[in-house]
Amino acid sequence: MADRETTRTISVQASVLDKNDALAARNRARFDAAGSLAVNMLSSPGSGKTSLLERTLSDLAESVPMAVIVGDLATDNDAARLRERGAPIVQITTGDLCHLDAAMVAQAIEALPEPLARLLFIENVGNLVCPVAFDLGEHARATLMSVTEGEDKPLKYPAVFRTAGVVVVTKMDIADAVGFDRATAIRCIRAVAPDAPVIEVSARTGLGLSEWYNWLMKGTRRDCVNGDTRR
Amino acid sequence: MLRSESVAWPVTVEPRRMHELSIMESVLEMARARAAEEKAARIHKIVLRIGDVSGVSLDALTFAFEVLARDTQAAGAELVVERVPARCRCGECDAVYEPADPLAGCSACGALRGSLIQGRELELSSLEVS
Repeated sequence: MADRETTRTISVQASVLDKNDALAARNRARFDAAGSLAVNMLSSPGSGKTSLLERTLSDLAESVPMAVIVGDLATDNDAARLRERGAPIVQITTGDLCHLDAAMVAQAIEALPEPLARLLFIENVGNLVCPVAFDLGEHARATLMSVTEGEDKPLKYPAVFRTAGVVVVTKMDIADAVGFDRATAIRCIRAVAPDAPVIEVSARTGLGLSEWYNWLMKGTRRDCVNGDTRR
Repeated sequence: MLRSESVAWPVTVEPRRMHELSIMESVLEMARARAAEEKAARIHKIVLRIGDVSGVSLDALTFAFEVLARDTQAAGAELVVERVPARCRCGECDAVYEPADPLAGCSACGALRGSLIQGRELELSSLEVS
């Protein structure tokens, strides 16, 4: 039995995420040393992260070396889709964990071929809440929302939009069919992410993709990556 | 461009669970290490500082604590959570304010360009040990 007379209070004052943050800093240093731009892709499940990446891997194949680290709860379906495009893909099966952390990404980096690709995508687990707190060492976060999700998504999940370096609105080809209210959506995004560029795209028709590619290519030259991805 | 060989790429990382569980695992590991430094056998109280916009569910955290602390030196310990309110600095007028909700503008000038300066804390603040 504990003797309450001898109990004492000790101060700790340490961040629970210190370990993750230290590993993230190491990942970032690794990317920097290799001249790689790392983009953490965040969205709900089914918002089109994989489709946008598939298209990007094809369209930029001749312009820049790319690689993908993809997190998935249970299947390797996304990795299989991306693998068709010829770029190195590392799949992280997270089991029932709802986010990627810096340690997993560090492990995935080891599996990528050297030298590291100039443009490295990290496709996070489809989830708008849990991944937000975990810095992976990325240079920027790309937060996606599709036109089918409801224009107020940014108001419901402000943190994932607030930390975005770019907001990508996907599936614009079906915007009219689903009654997407563009003005409201932009207003909601602006309310929580006043400074991030907003890019409207359709991976199917190619609409807006040149703007997305410009953002990426400028990022690889390090003159326009914005957004504070650190906590 | 780089080409992948048709090797089995997938890297499999040890599966874990919801993030409150991994956060609590870290808390208990930090507490265990600190208690060992103090040569303490038992942990009676764990005090955390959790920001209102840290993205952590307190219910899930409490549940994780109860499950993980069982059969450890922290079994039966009291978990105290000190909440840290969100605080922003206005990007227009530099005022510091506590937004009532995540979308509230600056209390001085109404601008929506606040940057968060407090509220994402996830800290192990102190322990009571013997």
